[in-house]
Amino acid sequence: MSAPEQTPGGSYAPALETPRSPYKRSRSTRPNWELHGWLFMRMSGLALIVLVFGHLFINLVQGEGIHQVDWGFVAGKWSSPFWQTWDLLMLWLAQLHGTNGVRTVINDYAERDATRFWLKMALYLATVIVLVVGTLVIFTFDPCADPTRNFDFCSAA
Amino acid sequence: MATSLTPPSQGKKSGLKPAGTLYRGREGMWSWVMHRISGVLIFFFLFVHVLDTATVRVSPEVYDAVINQYKNPVMGLGEAGLVGAVVFHALNGVRIILVDFWHKGTQHQRKLFWGVVVVWFALMVPFLVRHLTNVFTH
Repeated sequence: MSAPEQTPGGSYAPALETPRSPYKRSRSTRPNWELHGWLFMRMSGLALIVLVFGHLFINLVQGEGIHQVDWGFVAGKWSSPFWQTWDLLMLWLAQLHGTNGVRTVINDYAERDATRFWLKMALYLATVIVLVVGTLVIFTFDPCADPTRNFDFCSAA
Repeated sequence: MATSLTPPSQGKKSGLKPAGTLYRGREGMWSWVMHRISGVLIFFFLFVHVLDTATVRVSPEVYDAVINQYKNPVMGLGEAGLVGAVVFHALNGVRIILVDFWHKGTQHQRKLFWGVVVVWFALMVPFLVRHLTNVFTH
């Protein structure tokens, strides 16, 4: 870092402003990612309260709780566009919310530049895998693929 | 430069121990600590949970075998802990939103923390009765 040389006729900004010169706030033209991230955590958090609590109630509380969950249970839920949309929203919001949270934790505790960089690369790779696999599963799942299980909604089609 | 950074040998002979530098932030700090721990825990479960659910695309037999692992008593207790972490993270998240957006949020942040604790118990007691009954009496 070398101090800028003062050359005659060059565009050199004087260090001292004249008294009472209006304060000019330098406006950043970059998008304010940290602000958007901060807001996203709060908005997605509120949505996730509804989505996750609903998910837990339907899958763990009502009916037989954990014992009702099997392939047929998932098939029944994902035959409905309502639960497909529910789970897709939950998947994306939870994964992005969690990724941003873990990103903050990595930034806080990983002190070496290289460690921080590679931990975040691993985090983003895991995020892409979960989002791609999860989205594909929700959209490509065919509950009528197994002929041994005859669901009512399969014969109708 | 390096020599000037050597600390002066003060405090050694006077018998004074340096004051503790551990930050003790009471409710505000502990809610922050618990929010981090619960958040990271939920993150790792989400990763596993998306992958175990993805086995529905392999075959019904594989999915049922995988999901049956969640039905033994040890995993049942793990699920209770996981739901406890989710409920705390959700309620403390609401507290954070109130601290950020409600003009009296910072003033009441300690009371809000104890409110989180009370609502956590109010939700967890009925849930645990229901869930542990499902897990242990099937």
